[in-house]
Parts: sequence; C-alpha cells; structure tokens
Amino acid sequence: MRAKSHLVRTVVNHTVTALCGLMVLLALLPLGSLLWLVISKGTPGLTLTFFTSLPTPVGEPGGGVGNAILGTASMVALACLIGLPVGIGAGVFLAERADNAFSRAVRFTAEVFSGIPSIVIGIVAYGLVVVPMRRFSGLAGGLALALLMVPSLARTTEELVRLVPVSLREASLALGISQWKTSLRIVLRTAAGGLLTAALLAIARAAGETAPLLFTSLNNQYWNFRPDQPTASLTVQIYNYAISPYEDWHQKAWSAALVLLLLVGLLNLAARYALRRSAAGGKS
Amino acid sequence: MKKIFAALALSWCGLAAAGGLLVNGAGATFPFPLYSKWFSDYNKKLPDIKFNYQSIGSGGGIKQITERTVDFGASDAPMTDEELALAPGIVHIPTVMGAVVVTYNAPVEGLKLTPETLAGLFLGKITKWNDQALAKDNPGVKLPDGPVSVIHRSDGSGTTNIFTDYLSKVSPEWKAAVGAGKSVKWPAGLGAKGNEGVSGLVKGTPGAVGYVELAYANQNKLARAALRNKDGQFVLPSLEGTSEAAAGVPMPPDFRVSITNADGKTAYPMASFTYILVYKDQSDKEKGEAVLKFLWWAVHDGQAAAPALDYAPLPKAVVAEVEKKLESLTVQGKPVPLASSR
Amino acid sequence: MVTARVHAPAGRQAGDRIWNGLLGLLGGAILLVVGVIVLELVEVARPVLKTGALGFLLGTDWDPVSGSFGALAFIYGTLVTSALAILVAVPVSVGLALFLSEMGPRQLRPVVSFAIETLAAIPSVVYGLWGLFVLVPWLRSDLEPFLGSVFGFLPLFKGPPIGLGYLAGGLILSVMILPTVASVTNEVLKTVPPALREGALALGATRWEAIRMAVLPYARPGILGATILGLGRALGETMAVTMVIGNSPEIHASLFAPGYSLPSVIANEFAEATGAVHAGALAGLALVLFGLSLVLNSLARLLVQVVARGPRGGRPA
Repeated sequence: MRAKSHLVRTVVNHTVTALCGLMVLLALLPLGSLLWLVISKGTPGLTLTFFTSLPTPVGEPGGGVGNAILGTASMVALACLIGLPVGIGAGVFLAERADNAFSRAVRFTAEVFSGIPSIVIGIVAYGLVVVPMRRFSGLAGGLALALLMVPSLARTTEELVRLVPVSLREASLALGISQWKTSLRIVLRTAAGGLLTAALLAIARAAGETAPLLFTSLNNQYWNFRPDQPTASLTVQIYNYAISPYEDWHQKAWSAALVLLLLVGLLNLAARYALRRSAAGGKS
Repeated sequence: MKKIFAALALSWCGLAAAGGLLVNGAGATFPFPLYSKWFSDYNKKLPDIKFNYQSIGSGGGIKQITERTVDFGASDAPMTDEELALAPGIVHIPTVMGAVVVTYNAPVEGLKLTPETLAGLFLGKITKWNDQALAKDNPGVKLPDGPVSVIHRSDGSGTTNIFTDYLSKVSPEWKAAVGAGKSVKWPAGLGAKGNEGVSGLVKGTPGAVGYVELAYANQNKLARAALRNKDGQFVLPSLEGTSEAAAGVPMPPDFRVSITNADGKTAYPMASFTYILVYKDQSDKEKGEAVLKFLWWAVHDGQAAAPALDYAPLPKAVVAEVEKKLESLTVQGKPVPLASSR
Repeated sequence: MVTARVHAPAGRQAGDRIWNGLLGLLGGAILLVVGVIVLELVEVARPVLKTGALGFLLGTDWDPVSGSFGALAFIYGTLVTSALAILVAVPVSVGLALFLSEMGPRQLRPVVSFAIETLAAIPSVVYGLWGLFVLVPWLRSDLEPFLGSVFGFLPLFKGPPIGLGYLAGGLILSVMILPTVASVTNEVLKTVPPALREGALALGATRWEAIRMAVLPYARPGILGATILGLGRALGETMAVTMVIGNSPEIHASLFAPGYSLPSVIANEFAEATGAVHAGALAGLALVLFGLSLVLNSLARLLVQVVARGPRGGRPA
C-alpha cells in the first residue's frame, strides 16, 4: 500500500465529513422548503369556517374542508376496527404458534406483501366492494385502508411479542393460568406500549393515503355519516384542489395540506410518546 | 369514558339517519361549473335532497352508470353502440350546450387556426410558435420564437371526444393518424386530468396549447383561438355560435348527435350538447323521483343560469323533446308526474 | 420458545382451543387477503392475459380507440423515475447515515434523525402539491435550462424545459424514498461489529479510512438491501408522481420529456375504463407492478438478513 502523507489523509477525512454534512443539507432542503410553504401558504386559510364548513361551488368564496376531515377520521376509524384486530392477532399468531409450514407461509406473505402499492389495493377494493355493493362508499375506503395496515402491523406485532421474555410466559403458565389468558393479559399487556406505537404509526399512514380512496370512497360535497355512501377525505380533496386551475382552490389545497400535516404530525408525536413511555416503564 | 363513547355513537347514528336523501352522480368535467351551481341552487330549493356530483370525466361517468355504482352519469360524448350494449336501458338527456375552445399560453394577439394548423399542432408537427404554417394563417401577428407544449386529457373525456370528432371531420390526416374518441393515442404532448387539469397546466406552462370547455377558459382568463368554421369564417367561441351550431342539425330520437363543424355563417365549429345518463326505469323510488324531478327543473328553470356561466341554453325544440322523453321514464315501473312539479 | 403444556381443567382447555383457533384464523386471514388480491387481479386481467402476456409486456401502444394495449411505456417510465430516484437518494442516504452514525457531531444526531422521520411521515399528496407548485417551476425556469445548456448534447437532456416529466418524477421520488433508504442504512451500519471499526482505528486509520476499509465492505449487502427497498417503495408511489410526470404514454429518451408510470396510469384511467379490455389492461399493469414490488421486497429482505447474520467469520468480504 502506497503510504500517503498524514496531511493528505486528514484532509480527505475532513472533506468526506463535509460531504456527509452536505448530503444532510441536501436531504433537509426539500423538507424545509415543503414545511415552510405549507405553513406560510396554508395558515392564512385556517379560519374556523375552514374547519367546520362544506366546500363551496366553483367561483364562490368561503367554504372549507369540514366534511373532508370528518370523512378521513371516520374511514380511518373504520380501518382500525378491521385492521387492528386482524393485524395484531396475526402478529400474535406468528409469534406464538409453532414453526410449521402454515405459519412460515403467513410470515412470508406478511413480510413480502407489506410493500404492496396502495393503488393495487384500490383496484381490488373496487372490484370486491364497490361493484357488488353498487356504490362508492366509506366502507370500501376504510376496507382498502385496513388492507394496507394489516401486513406491516402483523410483522411489527410479531417482533414485539417475541421481545417479551419467555420467563414471563412460563411463570404465568406454571401458575396454572390458561394459554389464552397468558397471551392476552400478560404478554400483550407487556408489549402494549410498542403495540400502541405501531398502531398509531399505521393510523398516521392510513390518514395520509390517497390512491386507494380514489375509486372506493370517491368524494362527497356534503356531511356524511353513513358508511355506505361516498365519503370526502382530506387527501382526495387536496388532490382535486391542487390540479384545478383556480387560485382560491390552490390556496385551499395548501390549507388542507396543513391540516393533514398537523393531524399526521400529532399521531406521530403520540406514537413517539407512547414508545418513550413503554421504554421508560421497563421490563422485568 | 364509556358513556362519552356511547353518546358519540348514538348521535352519529342519529345524524346518519337524519341525513336526508343523497343522490350520487359522476361524469363529465365539461359542464361541472354549471352542474355544481345547479345542485347548489336545487339544494337550497329542496334542502332535504342533496346531489353529490363528482367530475371524473365522461369516460368515468359512462363506466360508473354502466356498473350502476352511481345514480346518474354525465357525459358530453354520446355513448357508442358498444357501450350501450353493456348498459341496456340507458337514456341520454341533453341538459345544456357548451363549446370547446383551443386555448393557449403565449403572447399572441388573436390567434387564428385552420384545420391544418390545428391538426399540425396536436400531431406534433408544428413545434414552434413562429412556424411558417402559423405565420401564413396569421398575417401581421407577432409570433414568439418558443416551443409549443401540447396539453391533452389523460382521462377518458367527452371534451376530447368533441375535439377529436371535429378534427376527424376536417382533417383527413388526423382521421387517419388518430381518429376520434374519449381517449385517443395522442401523438404528442402532456396529459392532464379533467378540464380542470388542462386549464391548470395551460395556465402554468408558457408556450402551452390545449383544449378546454369555454367556461374554464373564461374563468381562468385564458386566451382562445379563432377557428375556421365550415362556411370559411374565423369565429371565436361564443354562446350565439354554439346555439347556431345546434340550429342546423336535426335531433335524433335518442338525442345522440354530433354538432361539430356545423353549417352556419357564425356557427362555432366545436360545439356540443352534454348529457345526463339515466336508466329508463329507475329502481330506487326516492332517488328515481328526485333525479327525474331535478332533470325537469334543469331543462326549464335551470337554463336561466346557463349563460352567466358561459353555457348555451337548450333550443326550445329540444326542450320539448326532452319533456316527452322524461315523461316516458318510469320509477319502479310507474311514470312520475312531472309537468306539475316546477 | 417453550409452550408449557399444563394439564388444565376442561374449561380452560376450551378457552385455549378457541384462542388458538382464533389466532389461526387471523393468521390465515392474511393468506386469504393476499390470495383474494391476486385472484381478483388475475380475473380482471384475463382478457389481456389471454391474448398473450409477452406481447402485452413489450407493447408500446396504448390505444383505447383500437383496443391495443401495451405496458412498455409505463414500465419504462416507472423504471426511469425509480432509477433516477435511486441515483440521487442512495449517495445522499449513505452520507446521511454516516453522518448519523459515525461522522457527525453527536449533538446534531437527534435533530437530523427527527427531521428524517418527519420526511417519512409526509403524505404523498402533500409531496405532490409541493412538487407541482415548487419543484416543477424551479425545474422549468432553472435546473432544466441549465442542464440543457451544459449537457444538451446528450439525448438525456434534449427538448424544451416544461418542468413536468421524468426528471420531476425522479427527483420527487428521491425525496420520498430518502427516509426509507437512510434509516435502513443507518440500522445496517449499527449492526457492524464495533470491533471492526475500532480495529482499524487502532491501526491508525482516520475515521473515513476506518469506514471505507472496515465498515462499508461489511455493510455493503445491507446497503444494497436498503437500495432495493427504496426502489420497491419508489415503484409504488402514486400521487406525487402522477401530479408531476406529465401523463404521456410514450417512451422518450430525454429526461425533460413527459412520461407515465404504472401507478399513475392506473390512477388516472381506472375509474373510466369501460370495456373488459381496457380494464383488463390496467389490471395487467397492476399485476406487473405487484410482481415487481414482490421481487424487489423479497430481495431486499434477504440482503438485509445477510448483514444481520453476518458473513462467514465476521471478516469483511
């Protein structure tokens, strides 16, 4: 090896460090620009009416995304009702059942299909729910979102449950507590903090999805409380406003984006808080 | 905690039950500005009935009404025979007329386009604004030295159908290379979704040329080109030109007609009817009645709102035919009294 | 993992059996869900699969009028934008991960880490909004004219700068996959045994030399895995790309030209695809997308596992 002078090597070292720093700046530049614009362009539109009223027809001023916020909330809630039990249950199954062909197949499927593009889920939900039901609905949208949640939730749950010490489970069984009570009350409770984090992150992801909602929940100009009807959502509304030619709709797009970011941000912060609390709680 | 939950759930159900009637429709972006005004006005007249219309393009309107996932569809392109075969019992109800304008974002005062130059632009043959062919048709007009960006629709569009139908009639080159339809194989350009998307892109892209419905061009203050009509006159899009285009063409009984390249000295060559698509027999009693009564209102009272939004009202003769058609439609087998409901 | 089989009274056993049954059901639900997805797609895509899958994959026509559909333009668009995304995101991610784990000042690490997580949480449609109103105008007025004037002799940079197109799609994707690639790379770097780096440092290497000689070679398969994972994510991104790619179903050589990606065309045309052939073609595209993401995901996980287990003897390859 050709010996390089110490000076050259030090310079190279510092250059690379600077380059890495540059990479960090490059990475943070779009983030900064995006956040700055969403906040600066979106805030002026954040009036109380914006949160509570319905969208107005083209050309009429005022209006808001109240129904879209409600729609997103209701479809995400529906997705949780279906997706959380299935995802967490499947994860517990993978962690607790013996390692046979069936569980290996489930694990492989969950791992590999957690990356499925959301638009594909949208098509499937259209064929399975919208066409037979003969209507676009919040139910179809919620189902599509649930389908997206399940694989990654299952994998994360499996990892979390496996982290629970075996001694805890054995002690519980040795005391004569049945398997299912052990799993539910002892193991899951111990993993609860991590599970809460995973669930909150899955919810945040679902709230930000657009593609699977395009042909399932369609959109709705009005307040909607029925799952069997088209439902508005923040994401689809932002999309419609953004690609329109009207300046005031563009303004509404930024404001709606700000609302969405606040929602998603809050969920992420809650997830982080839950994680910290579960870690601080300590494990025996 | 549980009590709050229960109270919330109960009030949610109450709100759901008290929601009133929601009628869902989807389709053409062409008439969307007018339809959204109509539905808003109608809702003020009858607060318990809400029409939720989503502008997803004529192609979407046809598909969704065929699959019966919406209560009515909307399209500027009359359904083809193949499409009708998949949706037996569908009826076209013309609601209003509009014009497709060629709009552009370039510093050109009063662009004139002949069928040859229009085809040339959209075939990708004319790539610069100061091309010889454009200069020939626009003597004395200063044309910039910049590239042309063609903007077309990326979704299945009745507006595209009107545009390509006209081009196929006047340009044999276009007819051979591309043809007509709601979705065609565009030789050049970028695609945008809906009339909204095309006007947005043209507005934001210097050097762009696209085609949109008149209302969109006006609302966004976009420049529009004068087209040479069948009589050889260069005409700018106007409501009078649209009405004149319809005057010369006989209306078939099923209302499926094309009025592009119509006769008439001041007829605008890219005019069209736009339709709402409903089934001959409405299966849902409440929704069926609501739809039919709305359609009756739209072709009578609703016409007054059209000119302000840059749409041309239906000719009186057509309204008379539509009245007969609407009265022949049934809800669960029974006709609905309409003439009295105003 | 020991599951003690205790002799329990009948009631308890029944409870356990129900529980096990329920779990099995939920586990099976995953298989069911995925099975249904595949079957549904294949069913809808049948008209197109019948007339020849290879012809469909390699066809360049997308002509709803004549009913002739080919996937090549979209596969091309997806691959070009994804490749561009990787080309930009991987060096930045590696630099970022190195900064986070080795080279950066310790105080800045949580801040940068938090920023990257924030990037990951931003919904696709908000990226699209930013892309449409910030990235595209900047490309149109600054970057593309610059690239055109300096590198215009290459077919990659020819043509008018419209802003929308492959370049916009690729750049916005690179921002979106950055958090994925960076965080996985960071995890991979953490699994490198400290002894390797410390050994190199003990021998007198600078921090960079230690990384170059000891850490990176060990982490290489893992970084490759992170790249492929990022690629998998880039393939499936719909909204942001749809809003900036220009929606033109043709193959163009120039990065300035408009294009189309697999998810974008599905998003734009699915709601209106009348006729079994058009809908079938879109479902066929969905299958292609599905297949690509499946292959890439499996490959990525394999590679990341390789690093986790460590190469033979723990010596750098």
